Amino acid sequence: METILEVNGLTMDFGGLRALDHLNIDIRRGEIVALIGPNGAGKTTFFNCITGIYLPTQGDIIISPPKAEGTHKRERINGLKPNQVTEKGMARTFQNIRLFPNMTVLENVMIGRHCRTRAGVAGAIFRNRAMVREEQSIVDDSFRVLEKIGLARYVNDQARNLPYGAQRLLEIARALATEPFLILLDEPAAGMNPQETHELDELITRIRDDEGISILLIEHDMKLVMSLSNRIFVMDYGKKIAQGTPEEIRNNPVVIKAYLGEEIDA
Amino acid sequence: MMPTLSEIKKSFLVSLWFMFLTFPIMVIRVNTTEKLVLWRWENMAYMGIGSFLLSFVWRYMLWRKETGKKDSESGTLQLPSFFERILSDRRYIVPATAAGIALVAIFPFVMDTYQTNIMITALMYIVLGLGLNIVVGLAGLLDLGYVAFYAVGAYTYGLLNHHFGLGFWTVLPIGAVMGAFFGILLGFPVLRLRGDYLAIVTLGFGEIIRLILENWNEFSFGPSGIAQIARPSLFGIQLSLSSSIIYLYFVMIGMVLFTIFVVNRLQNSRIGRAWIALREDEVACQAMGIDKTRTKLTAFALGATWAGMVGVIFAAKTTFINPASFTFLESAMILAIVVLGGMGSIVGVSIAALILILLPEYLRAFSEFRMLIFGAIMVIMMVFRPQGIVANVRRSYKFQPDKHS
Ligand SMILES: Nc1ncnc2c1ncn2[C@@H]1O[C@H](COP(=O)(O)OP(=O)(O)OP(=O)(O)O)[C@@H](O)[C@H]1O
Ligand SMILES: [Mg+2]
Repeated sequence: METILEVNGLTMDFGGLRALDHLNIDIRRGEIVALIGPNGAGKTTFFNCITGIYLPTQGDIIISPPKAEGTHKRERINGLKPNQVTEKGMARTFQNIRLFPNMTVLENVMIGRHCRTRAGVAGAIFRNRAMVREEQSIVDDSFRVLEKIGLARYVNDQARNLPYGAQRLLEIARALATEPFLILLDEPAAGMNPQETHELDELITRIRDDEGISILLIEHDMKLVMSLSNRIFVMDYGKKIAQGTPEEIRNNPVVIKAYLGEEIDA
Repeated sequence: MMPTLSEIKKSFLVSLWFMFLTFPIMVIRVNTTEKLVLWRWENMAYMGIGSFLLSFVWRYMLWRKETGKKDSESGTLQLPSFFERILSDRRYIVPATAAGIALVAIFPFVMDTYQTNIMITALMYIVLGLGLNIVVGLAGLLDLGYVAFYAVGAYTYGLLNHHFGLGFWTVLPIGAVMGAFFGILLGFPVLRLRGDYLAIVTLGFGEIIRLILENWNEFSFGPSGIAQIARPSLFGIQLSLSSSIIYLYFVMIGMVLFTIFVVNRLQNSRIGRAWIALREDEVACQAMGIDKTRTKLTAFALGATWAGMVGVIFAAKTTFINPASFTFLESAMILAIVVLGGMGSIVGVSIAALILILLPEYLRAFSEFRMLIFGAIMVIMMVFRPQGIVANVRRSYKFQPDKHS
């Protein structure tokens, strides 16, 4: 399978602190890849760098969005704004949930459709045919995403009134609505109970299998990571210290040492 | 079981504290000529009783608010206000609108010119409130210099009319464009600012515009302003003073309806949702593919458009403008309308504009306490009903469960 994301020598400095240190990571089409590491390893910073929230100090971020015909174009996306990155097809969720609390669940997802639609000020005021049709398609598409994720019963609820687990799912729904080829999930299972985590496991697999969307996830729940991922990258102090299949990572002495004897079992 | 002993005790302590604080000024009076000290103990009693009652009422209202929240923990969080109840009841809505239309139509004919003029002002503030509502209520950009765009509109008409004799209807759209242009002009430098920083810079912008108008004599005629600006004409016919006021009244009614129509469509559109998302969470908004720069600039531009148009109307109404009409107090007033009415709520903002403009006019007797009452209302609102008179309710959508599966 072809590579869809390629990160070469990515470095990020915050003043004197080197949060990312010459990181190399690649993701292939249709893969579920996990990024793990102790607290403060730089995982979220990595997400922020490749989605344009931070401008990396050094390094290349290259995407090759998969096309139907198999012709894919390599494109360097350093320095693009977050909304441009999303438009290119990489969508993300946040570690500390960042929904639009006073909008309804449906509207949260409709925001995801923003970059795939065009209506402007004139369209909003005059509501000509094309715009009405587009607005209807935004509503329908968004609702379909909610059904897929299993949030349809909350459609008109305010996002802030949702239970915690559902809020995490809504973040995923919102990201899906942007029609990405790669979704970046930052600790999607944090705060979920075992039942919800299990459902999340199935959901992520389903997203990959049904939609053909690749997934890169940061996660501390080792059971989930081991059962989901095709490959795992391990970070510590901004450096990549290991990579490989779940089997290889589980038995890697360097990884075990980084976690200071924390059990890595599944 | 509300008025518990501890609450009473707390209020009692507050009143004691107040009596102590005000003791030197309220109780002791030194008469220097007769070398006498007057002890006015009755004042202390008034202070004590007054502060006790106020503190108690305050606590009682806070308690009501708390229990209100608890009662409806699962469902809607806040109790609906009087206006919201009326608005949601179908039985009231039809007669209420009919009465409203009738009232609006006959108002200028049964009331005198003075009353009609006040009503025109109130209507102008509705439009200003709805315009600022786009920037502050929907996009969440705290703009304290909104009056600048109002001034731009007024001076656009004043100058174009003075130098070139252009008429009201020609300049109205020009005023709108000028408003939008200045909105973008302000928008660019403040793109990266948020919250209080944004507030301070916009405040400065408002003052800059006013100071330019005050000091650039060759351009704006300085503090003496521009006089004898033409009133709006009806198909080229010049109207008498009283009929032109009635005419302006209906122009304003049309303007309000037009504004409500446009703002309502905007806030339920792709652009409107982007504004609200920007208000709710800027980072997430960008990460979801919304161009922050563009969204902010459209909010500033579309908000300022209304101020520009109302500015033109203001110049036509008063026929005289000078920089003194465009002080920070105006911005504060319009902002108060938005906050009091409920951020993002069209009905709320309209009601608040009517209350805040009409009430002081009819309470001239209390004119000395106007600002005091005004401040008190704002504080009380912020404590007990921060969502405003009418909370903004997002639109809900209906789906047939089997339609999509
Ligand atoms: N904006 C910033 N400015 C300065 N330092 C930062 C910034 N963002 C992150 N850091 C630092 O970078 C390091 C990596 O942080 P990061 O949030 O990426 O860790 P993480 O791997 O996501 O940890 P966790 O598992 O706790 O989420 C930390 O030392 C953090 O303090
Ligand atoms: Mg993190």
